[in-house]
Amino acid sequence: MGRALINVPATAKAGDIIEIKALVAHVMETGYRHEVDGKPIPRDIINHFTCAYNGVVVFEADFYPAIAANPFLSFTTIATETGVLTFIWTDDKAEKQVETARITIT
Amino acid sequence: MEAAVRPAWIGLALAVLVAAVAVQPSPAQETVRPIAPQDRLSGSAFMSAEARALQADDASNPAMLWVKDGEDIWARKTGVAERSCADCHGEAGASMKGVAARYPAFDPASQKPVTLDQRINICRTINQKAEPFAPESQPALAIASYVGLQSRGMPITPPDDKRLKPFLEAGRSLFGLRQGQLNLSCANCHDALWGGKLGGSPIPQAHPTGYPIYRLEWQGIGSLQRRLRNCMTGVRAEPFAPNSIEFTEIELYLAERAKGMTVETPAIRP
Ligand code: HEC
Ligand code: HEC
Repeated sequence: MGRALINVPATAKAGDIIEIKALVAHVMETGYRHEVDGKPIPRDIINHFTCAYNGVVVFEADFYPAIAANPFLSFTTIATETGVLTFIWTDDKAEKQVETARITIT
Repeated sequence: MEAAVRPAWIGLALAVLVAAVAVQPSPAQETVRPIAPQDRLSGSAFMSAEARALQADDASNPAMLWVKDGEDIWARKTGVAERSCADCHGEAGASMKGVAARYPAFDPASQKPVTLDQRINICRTINQKAEPFAPESQPALAIASYVGLQSRGMPITPPDDKRLKPFLEAGRSLFGLRQGQLNLSCANCHDALWGGKLGGSPIPQAHPTGYPIYRLEWQGIGSLQRRLRNCMTGVRAEPFAPNSIEFTEIELYLAERAKGMTVETPAIRP
């Protein structure tokens, strides 16, 4: 896959609701389009996304062909402890893109 | 790939529009009044609140994916010279500040104006001794977005350079020239009918404030020349060749027309 941009607050207080933003480069080819010679362009979309906070999944989503290229997600979770958020996008070619971000509880 | 995506407005409300502008007199010589400076609006003013929000936040603006790639290109040693852009230009934040805001500019070596993309390719070939980036390629758009971002928030300041004058005037004429099967000039739409609608799309004033742009219809990033090609094929005209002098001349006139307006690169457009 391509490049991802993750936005997580570097620090938070325990109990704070934090906003997380995740943008990833992906063609999100729907499978419904054809080349000029009529050959179908095979579907290649991200079909699943998870975000785990110190190993515990706090957000996950299934994706479908109507989602645009370079999908952007924003969601919230509750800051609990210092640690690592792990983001995993999986596409139809079973390629995984893994990104991490640190958060420190003050 | 691009063939699969047809601008929604082609053919749609064009009949209505042609009816609206066809009543204007003498095709070749007509003058459409230019937009008064105080009435100028960037393309973002015609966008939905959602599209504006996408542009306003670098964490959600997908064009930032290309900016990050451009940042890598800036730092990467390459070519026979094994030099990176940074080796000669240092911090882009300092050396490239305001540069995109004053292109196209005159290139003494070729005695012609060059666009920012062409100026970058001059450094690729002469200074890095590397292959020039192909027009509209991923690295060309990435480095242009990264260099362009360094002028964000600054006013468009076309150079006050006598040598540019004939090219600027040629660009002004091209903007007023009726073209294509639909026989429409840029000015027919962008000076005379801005604020109106073509199919579902608002007609903007055609200011080059945000290039390269991430266009939602393209689901990707593209240059000003790609945008201009879309408008030319929209009126069923043969688009000028990539990097042709005609495109540079139009870019010069667009910059002059947008003088003082704020650079938004990398912008979102519908
Ligand atoms: C038939 C009307 C029409 C003509 C003629 C036309 N355009 Fe456009 N132009 C549009 C519309 C509509 C858009 C907005 C994009 C869309 O939704 O397709 C646009 C967008 C643009 C933009 C993008 C502005 C932004 O905010 O980024 C530029 C620049 C532009 N046109 C320049 C030109 C030039 C130069 C010509 C002449 C070669 C031209 N246009 C001819 C209708 C036209
Ligand atoms: C070997 C040194 C060298 C390298 C490497 C180099 N440049 Fe340059 N660049 C120059 C010189 C010299 C100029 C001309 C400065 C002038 O005319 O004032 C220039 C001019 C420019 C300009 C025009 C600046 C202006 O003010 O109009 C841009 C834009 C630019 N370079 C971008 C790049 C990019 C992007 C890269 C990497 C892909 C790059 N350069 C690599 C030496 C270099």
